[in-house]
Amino acid sequence: MRVLLVDDEEELVTTLSERLALRDIDSDWATSGEEGLRLALASHYDWVVLDLKMPGMGGLETLRIIKRQRPDTQVMVLTGHSAEDEYEAVMRAGASHYLLKPLDVDDLIAKMQA
Amino acid sequence: MSLWSRLKPAFWDQSQDQPTQIINYRRLWKSTFGAAVGVALLPVILLGIINYYQFEEQHQLQRAELDHEVQRVIYKTRVSLAYFLEERRSALAYIVRAYSLPELGDSRHLARIFANLKGAFGGFVDLGLITSDGLQKAYVGPYALEGKDYRDQEWYKEVLLRGFHVSDVFMGHRNFPHFVIAVKHECDTCGYYILRATIDTARLNELIATMRLRPSADAFIINDSGVLQTSSRMHGQILSQFSHPLPPPLEQDQVVQAKSAGGLPLILGFARIEGSPFTLVMVEQPSLVLARWGLLRINIILLVLASVIAILVVIWRGTTNLVSRLYDADLRRQAVLHQIEYTNKLASIGRLAAGVAHEINNPLAIINEKAGLLKDLITGRDDSPYKERFLASVGSIQNSVKRVSAITHRLLGFARHFSVKIEIIDLELLIEEVLGFLGKEAEYRNVTITTQAQPGMPTIESDRGQLQQVFLNILNNALSAVAQGPNQPGRIEISIHTQADGQAVVAIADNGQGIAPENLERVFEPFFTTKGEQGTGLGLSITYGIVRKLGGQVMVESQLGRGTTFRVVMPLRKTPASANPQAANGQGLGASGGQ
Repeated sequence: MRVLLVDDEEELVTTLSERLALRDIDSDWATSGEEGLRLALASHYDWVVLDLKMPGMGGLETLRIIKRQRPDTQVMVLTGHSAEDEYEAVMRAGASHYLLKPLDVDDLIAKMQA
Repeated sequence: MSLWSRLKPAFWDQSQDQPTQIINYRRLWKSTFGAAVGVALLPVILLGIINYYQFEEQHQLQRAELDHEVQRVIYKTRVSLAYFLEERRSALAYIVRAYSLPELGDSRHLARIFANLKGAFGGFVDLGLITSDGLQKAYVGPYALEGKDYRDQEWYKEVLLRGFHVSDVFMGHRNFPHFVIAVKHECDTCGYYILRATIDTARLNELIATMRLRPSADAFIINDSGVLQTSSRMHGQILSQFSHPLPPPLEQDQVVQAKSAGGLPLILGFARIEGSPFTLVMVEQPSLVLARWGLLRINIILLVLASVIAILVVIWRGTTNLVSRLYDADLRRQAVLHQIEYTNKLASIGRLAAGVAHEINNPLAIINEKAGLLKDLITGRDDSPYKERFLASVGSIQNSVKRVSAITHRLLGFARHFSVKIEIIDLELLIEEVLGFLGKEAEYRNVTITTQAQPGMPTIESDRGQLQQVFLNILNNALSAVAQGPNQPGRIEISIHTQADGQAVVAIADNGQGIAPENLERVFEPFFTTKGEQGTGLGLSITYGIVRKLGGQVMVESQLGRGTTFRVVMPLRKTPASANPQAANGQGLGASGGQ
């Protein structure tokens, strides 16, 4: 299983990537929507874990492009700020899950493997 | 309770100094009532005054007409009575001239004359001849009066002086009323002699009867001393004394005003009958004659009074109703304005809280992941002497992260409900969520909060965020009440159950200071607060508005010094009557209210 982690918090994505690696899950990371999108389109990922609020290209726009061009790639949205309308927009755009920070890595993996 | 306190409109004692209250309702009521009463009553009062003066004028005319009528009647009757007396006096004068003394002194001859006299003129009882020596020379009649000496009697002297005499009425030997007419005749050869006749008063009564008086009137004859010469229906029997003072003797007829013994007004008509001691008296009672005028006046007064009362009642009710509606509308307007203002503030606080939560969640996620990584790394190595302590520290960090995370998630949970959304709600869980916010506060205030839910309590359909605000407001008030109350330690008991009609009930009972009876019915009014500067008076009014909006009811019972119980009753299935997002923006992060 290959996972792409996209979050403007570099400390978060690098740590998360390392924890996934310890669980034998291969992952790449990006700290912006643009970089994440480029990586997602350049190769195949089973899961993209995408932060919603990022400078530049936001998570929702990145999600829409990924789902349009890579419909088989599943996307899990991470956010620090839950809102009703945001949740609905994300789910309508094709996200598989909508998770609040901070997250539990084992819960994350369980959702990916479900 | 006084009549005024029952009639007093609700707005009467309301404070007029609310900054948002643009109308002084008491003044508005007074001016509207005054203007309406003025416009409505002025024509009625004017009509009443005009009617009163017209009535008085007509009444005076009627009184004057009554006086004239009395004057007219006594004049006509006086003339008839005078004619009656004059006729009989003339008849006697004719006889005394037509017949010689020997003819009149002959009893048989006198009897024939008497028979002719009775045939021509009614009323004669007897006839006698009295010679100059004062002795009755001849007599025809029912008594044995021949030879009777009249020399010393007053009437005899008067006849000698005036030439004739009409006596007062007297009863005589046969005890029936009669009077005497005597006429003197002088001759050259025999000196003088007097012809004397007695006349029955029945003829006088017949003449009075021809007056055809009203039932309210009476007429009779009195002599110069005021003694009744004929019987009266209302003023005594014959020969009794007339009770009213007599006017000074005048040639003309007189009509005077008097009062009866009972104080009723009387019209008295006096007509002196010339050549006799008689005065015709007529008594009329104007109050009886004009009774229908009095009745008309009373009817008019009653009609005007009834109109005035009806107008006052209608205007009172109309004005009170109108101003009360304005007042209620103004109260609702103020409540809506303040609710909007209040909820906008809460929405700002909610957005701020959400922003803070977001900013905290990001570094929290990093801390969580770093701690997780440390745990992952050390878990894979079992040779470190500090492994246990390390894992314990990491666990502590992760627990702290979870606690902070729970707080930020709750903040976001409350901030999330910006629109009315009906969802399935487990009331017990909802109360737990709300208590999650108040747990520390309750602990700090040493208040025990217990929740008891009915087993198998059904879920309800309602708006989660709105209900959270409702219970947060009530519980916040309960905490304040318990903290200030006399019963320590403080206790709040929450009961969740269904009532007989199947609706869900959340009862929140505290053992706080309680609410005074006079304040109890006002706790849901906007701006009503007993917290002084610390209260806005909006918490419970917003609570009330939300519960009503969601189709429920909120009730309060309280005993001063014992505690207060709020009962929120919610339908199990409900779609809000109006899902106005602007008015429903309750965030539940603050509460204030009446307690």
